[in-house]
Amino acid sequence: MKKIMSGNEAVARGAWEGGLVFASAYPGTPSTEILENMPQYREDIYSEWAPNEKVAVEAAIGASVAGVRALAAMKHVGVNVAADPIFTVAYTGITGGLVIVSADDPGMHSSQNEQDNRNYAQAARLLMLNPSDSQEAKDFTALGLRLSEEFDIPVMLHMTTRVCHSKGIVELGERNAVPQVPYQKNIRKFVSVPANAKVRRADLEVRLARMTEYSNSCEINRAEYYDTKIGIITSGVSYQYAKEVFGEDASYLKLGMTFPMPMDLIRDFASKVDRVYVIEEMDPYLERNIRAAGIECTGKDVVPKFGELNPDIVREAFFGTKAETITSEMAAVVRPPTLCAGCPHRGFFYALSKKKGVMITGDIGCYTLGSAAPLSAIDTTFCMGGSISTGHGAAKAYKMSGADTKVVACLGDSTFFHSGITSLIDAVYNSSDSVSVILDNRITGMTGHQQNPGTGYTLMGDPATEVDIPALCRAIGMKDENIYIVNPLKLDQVNAALDEAIAKDEPTVIITKWPCILKKFSQQDREDFDLSPKKCEVDQDLCRKCGMCSKTGCPAIYTGDIVKINESSCTGCSVCAQVCPFDAIKEA
Amino acid sequence: MSEVKSIILVGVGGQGTILASKILSEGLMSAGYDVKMSEIHGMSQRGGDVSTQVRFGDKVYSPIVGKGQANVIVAFEKMEALRWIEYLKPDGKMVINDFEIPSVPILMGTAEYPEGIIEELSSKADTLVFRAADIADELGNSKAMNIVLLGALVKALGVEGIDWHEIISKNVKKGFEELNIKAFEAGYAL
Repeated sequence: MKKIMSGNEAVARGAWEGGLVFASAYPGTPSTEILENMPQYREDIYSEWAPNEKVAVEAAIGASVAGVRALAAMKHVGVNVAADPIFTVAYTGITGGLVIVSADDPGMHSSQNEQDNRNYAQAARLLMLNPSDSQEAKDFTALGLRLSEEFDIPVMLHMTTRVCHSKGIVELGERNAVPQVPYQKNIRKFVSVPANAKVRRADLEVRLARMTEYSNSCEINRAEYYDTKIGIITSGVSYQYAKEVFGEDASYLKLGMTFPMPMDLIRDFASKVDRVYVIEEMDPYLERNIRAAGIECTGKDVVPKFGELNPDIVREAFFGTKAETITSEMAAVVRPPTLCAGCPHRGFFYALSKKKGVMITGDIGCYTLGSAAPLSAIDTTFCMGGSISTGHGAAKAYKMSGADTKVVACLGDSTFFHSGITSLIDAVYNSSDSVSVILDNRITGMTGHQQNPGTGYTLMGDPATEVDIPALCRAIGMKDENIYIVNPLKLDQVNAALDEAIAKDEPTVIITKWPCILKKFSQQDREDFDLSPKKCEVDQDLCRKCGMCSKTGCPAIYTGDIVKINESSCTGCSVCAQVCPFDAIKEA
Repeated sequence: MSEVKSIILVGVGGQGTILASKILSEGLMSAGYDVKMSEIHGMSQRGGDVSTQVRFGDKVYSPIVGKGQANVIVAFEKMEALRWIEYLKPDGKMVINDFEIPSVPILMGTAEYPEGIIEELSSKADTLVFRAADIADELGNSKAMNIVLLGALVKALGVEGIDWHEIISKNVKKGFEELNIKAFEAGYAL
C-alpha cells in the first residue's frame, strides 16, 4: 500500500515496522510530528513526551538495556541537552536497537542556530544514517534499529527540515515484531566507571572497523553512473537538489550512511570520474573527511557554507546562472509572526515593557515574540531554560558593580519543566534578587500544543498528576510571600506583582496563569478559567485615535482613518480596553 | 517522460493553504504521478506568511524549487502574490484571490498596504483574479475559499481523470463535503 507521508510521519511508521516498543521526545521544530504520530501505534509502542531531550534519551537507553527497541527524537539543539548520555552510550553499546533522531534546521526556519549535528555522530562515534526523502525516512528508521543491534551501537538518524516536513509517496510494510532480549546483568558493559569504560572505548574501535566495512559495502551507499566527467558525492536532501540540477550529466555517489564514512567506496568512485563535486548543506562534513583522505574535490569553495540549499542555489554555485524571473518595483510589507490576538503573554509583556531600569532575560517559546515591536520587552534569548540562570548571573553582576538595574527572567511552563527548574534552584539557593516569571499558559505553545508535566495529560491521552508549580517553588526554598500568582490579562494584577517583586532584595517568582488562546481547552481549563466567548469594540464617539491600544501589538486592532477591532480575530482579552485612556473600548 | 510541474500555494496562517495542498497532492498521487509537497510551519499560526510547494511528474527529486521555476502560483492573499511573483516562471500563471489581510506593521499604522497590486501583477504575468471569499460566501461559508482556489488551480493545471469529489470528501470536516465540492466546482468553472 502507498501513502503520501511527511518524513516525520514516515519515521514513526518505520519505527513501528522496525519493531519499536519505546519512544520518547521533547517537542521541537522540525522534529515534533515524529512523536505526535506514535500514539496511533499504541498497541505496540509506548510513547511519551519527556520534560527534556536528555531525559528522553536516558529513558530510551533504559528501555534498550531492558531489551526492547527504543527511539528518542529531538531537534538539533536538543542533542546538546542530551549529549551527556549520548557520548557514553556509544561506549557501552545497547541491548535493544536504539535510534536517536536529530532533526536539523538549516536556514533556521524555527531555531536559534543551525548547528550541523553530523559532527556529533563523528565526535560521539555513532553510526549515522541520512535519509533524503520520506521513503528513506521510513526505511532507514527500521534499518537503524536493526543496525544498532548488529553493531552494538546507538544510531543517529540525521534529518533536516525539508526531509522532516516534505511529503512524498511511501510504500508501507508490515511490522517486524522483535522479541524482547531476556535481561542479563552485565556490569562490565553497562556500568561506565573508568575501569569498564577503558575496555569499552577499545571495543568501540573494533565495532567502528566493522561498521566501516559495512559502510563500504551496504546498499544505501550506492554509485549511480551516467556521464563521468563530473562525479557528485552527496547525501540527505542535497542528493535531490543535485539530481534536479545535473540530471544525467553527472554521476552520483549517494550516501545513506555517512558515519563511519565509506572511504574505500569514495576512493573508487573518485577514480572513475574526472572531477569530484561534494554537495551538502551547512558544514563541509563530507568534504573535510574526503579531503583528509587525500581526495581532491570541489565543495564549499562554491557551495554556500550556511543556510538552506535548493536547486537554484546549487545551479548558481556550479554554473553561475540564475533563472529568468518577473520582478516588481512594488514591495510587499513584511508579515512578522506576532503574539496572537488574545495571547495571555501580551498583557504581561505590555506591563513589563513599561518598567524602567529593568533587564529582561528571555527564553525559547512563543514569548520570544515579546521581543518584537511595539513591545520590545526582551533583552536576551539563548537556549531552553536559560532565562533564569542568565538573569541570575546578570543580577549578581549588577550587584557587584553597584548598578541599580534589576533583572526579570521570563520563560514558559514547558520550558520551566525542561531545564528552568535547576536554574531557579540556583537563583534561590544563591539568593538572587532577580525576578523569575513563569508564563504558565497550560500547554507547550510554539511547537503546536503538546502536553507537558503541567497540563494533566500525557502524549497518549491518559490523565496524569500535574506538577504544582507554586508548591515546587516553595519546596526549593522560595518564601511564600515571594510567590505571586497573577492573571496576565489583568494589568493591575501584573503591575502590582512586578512592582513589589522588583523592589525586593531577595529571590521572587511571578506565575502568570491563563491558557493559550489557541489551546483546545480541557474540562479543567473550563472550570479554572472564565473562557466564555467575548469580544471588544471601539466606541467611535469616544475614540480620539491616540494609538495607545495599538501599542499592545494586537493583530486584531486596526489603526487607520479610524481605529477598529477585527471581530473575527478578537477574543475579548480586554488588554486594549485597559490601556485606553478614554474608555473608548468596551466589551461587545 | 512528462515534465515535472511545480506549484506554489501562498497565503497567511489560517487560510487553509495546507489543506488545499494536501488535497491537491492526494489527487495527483491517485492519478499515478510521483508527488512531493513541502511546507514550512512553526510560527505561521501566529500571523506569518505560509507557503507550500507541490511538485508532480513521472519522477520528482527536489521537494522545493527556487525563483523563476513555478508553473502556477496560487495566492490566497494578494500581498502574498506580490511577495512571490519572482518565483513564477515568466510564462507561468498566477491565480490571485482578490483578498486583503493587513500585516502587523500595516495594522499599527507604520506601513501601508500596497495599492494597485492586481494591476501591477496583471501587467507583468498571466493572471487569473477573482474574489474567492465572495464565491465561498454565496455558497454558504467563506472558509471554503481555499477549495474555490483549488478548483481554479486544478483547471489551470489541466490535469484530468482525477476524482476530486472523492478526495475532497475524504479530507474535509464531516458535514462540509457538499459545500466544498460546490466550492471546487465554482473555482473550476472560472
